[in-house]
Amino acid sequence: MANLALHNLTKSYGNTEVLHGISLAVDDGEFVVFVGPSGCGKSTTLRMIAGLEETTSGIIEIGGREVNNLEPKERDIAMVFQNYAIYPHMSVKKNIAFGLRSSKMPKPDKEKRILDVAGILDMVDLLERKPSQLSGGQRQRVAIGRAMVRDPAVFLFDEPLSNLDAQLRTQMRLEIKKLHQRVGNTIIFVTHDQVEAMTMADRIVIMKDGHIQQVGTPEEVFHRPANTFVAGFIGAPSMNLLPGQLDAGGITLAGGRIVPHPLQAPASDVLLGVRPDDLHPDEANPILSGKVTVREPLGSETLIYVETPSGEVIAKADGRTPPQVGETVNLGAAMENLHVFDAQTQQALT
Amino acid sequence: MVATPDIPRASSAALLSSKPDKRPPNMGQIIRWLLLFIGGVLMIMPIAYMISTSLKWPHEVYNVNLIPEEPTIENYTYVLEDGRFYMWFVNSIIIATITTISNLLFDSLVGYTLCKFRFPGRTIIFIAILSTLMIPTEMLVIPWYLMSQSFGWLDSYWGIMFPGMMTAFGTFLMKQFFESVPDDFIEAARIDGLNELQIWWTVAMPLVKPALAALAIFVFLGNWTAFLWPLIVTNSVDMYTIPVGLSGFGDEADVAWELIMTGAAISTIPTLIVFLIFQRFIIRGVVMAGLKG
Repeated sequence: MANLALHNLTKSYGNTEVLHGISLAVDDGEFVVFVGPSGCGKSTTLRMIAGLEETTSGIIEIGGREVNNLEPKERDIAMVFQNYAIYPHMSVKKNIAFGLRSSKMPKPDKEKRILDVAGILDMVDLLERKPSQLSGGQRQRVAIGRAMVRDPAVFLFDEPLSNLDAQLRTQMRLEIKKLHQRVGNTIIFVTHDQVEAMTMADRIVIMKDGHIQQVGTPEEVFHRPANTFVAGFIGAPSMNLLPGQLDAGGITLAGGRIVPHPLQAPASDVLLGVRPDDLHPDEANPILSGKVTVREPLGSETLIYVETPSGEVIAKADGRTPPQVGETVNLGAAMENLHVFDAQTQQALT
Repeated sequence: MVATPDIPRASSAALLSSKPDKRPPNMGQIIRWLLLFIGGVLMIMPIAYMISTSLKWPHEVYNVNLIPEEPTIENYTYVLEDGRFYMWFVNSIIIATITTISNLLFDSLVGYTLCKFRFPGRTIIFIAILSTLMIPTEMLVIPWYLMSQSFGWLDSYWGIMFPGMMTAFGTFLMKQFFESVPDDFIEAARIDGLNELQIWWTVAMPLVKPALAALAIFVFLGNWTAFLWPLIVTNSVDMYTIPVGLSGFGDEADVAWELIMTGAAISTIPTLIVFLIFQRFIIRGVVMAGLKG
């Protein structure tokens, strides 16, 4: 196990810089998830940590040791790939043992280690099978087993659940989380799925266009997004962002409705953010009004799409007695659930 | 009342439709079969005549009858008792085997390197290799001969083999097949501590076995039947390969076709065995190369 540090990491392809000075400190045993849309640089960062991509500038440290000029095999890392990368011509046992090929461990110790890993992953009965005889989830476990058997300082996961169906993803998510709790190694996990990030991470690193947008616990990035990108990216459905003007009396939204807010800031254009989870039909203290255009029943709750003077917003209504389509509703939210962003910089003001 | 689900009905329909189609063949099918039959006959006729001639007496050789009037195995006895044939057979086996192994190693190494490594001049090197395919063998034999002469390789195994130790076709074929090996496999092996040669041998090569089998057969057959270059580079009868040796059967007055056909029939056996064993790899290899290309 070891900590990991990235210092002002950049990556360029020709004249195009795709990573613009990434800095991050990951504690020993921490589970950190890199999340962001396609092309944000998360996989490139992971591959640079692995040594599969050269760094243009900056320093990568693993366990306090600079590893920029070390080969992948010398970095004490193991990686699980999106396509599993388990060798089809080898049995499960040989695939797992492959991670120990270059190890000088005595053969009996290797055997024991393979069996231990197979035991942890519940694969002892599958050791003699070929990958073609395994399900997607089992193949992914083999890939994890091959990484585990080396007992690396840092595990790197590159979108390992992307090829699995929804049910299996949920199951594997849980298994990886349990595995981390059991073995306690440092894990860097890359995904574009914010649900995976929220459910698995100790800390989430949200990236966009080669920049880190925010680093924080799942609770922090959800409840205190640093900017409108994070606010929109984390949480489904996305946060409603309503344009308005901030002044001493509060925030004036389109249509003239004033939302009281205690924020002390110079008068300026802002975006008022409110998550659909926090926006409900409310006759007493409404902040918005409009006509319901679409309903999406979710069982216990119903999502309602409401056309307001500030644009279409999404709110959550009770699942038993939701408003009808065409009905005019008043929507309200608790003050502590309102987020204010600078309209120009898109950065959070609250 | 519970409605009968649709699924069993659909299954029954599927079962019914899976019965053999007993409709009479239409005109299109008949024409296709006829063309295939004619093609088959055209392909098999030379082989049939080869075997037929090998079973004929010398006076009957120029008789076009497919069935010999007085069949004999005298030719086989003569060829097999002739020590030279064994010598040529062994020469051909040695040359075809070593050339095949050499091609499997070097073509795949170069193909793998051109496919999986990014380095300056990679495309130019690949184009240069491919462009050699456009030069006919007849143009190459003179430089090959001069090379053999200056290196002292005339009338030797090395002289016969060196032009075919590595081929542009094999390099191209292997490169195309290595495209199908995901980079993740190679990167995973790199992280697991293997060096590049180990990755090529342990990870990449087993994944392109069909291509290797196809290449092995192409190269083996090509060298087994090679005639022009072995004829030019060899002087002594001891160094002849089967095709060169067989062409010399007979004397100045007459060509002993019955003996040539007998030798050809015998020499077909190893290639036939190799082909029957690996034909599925050949077909798969050719199809895959075509798809990739």
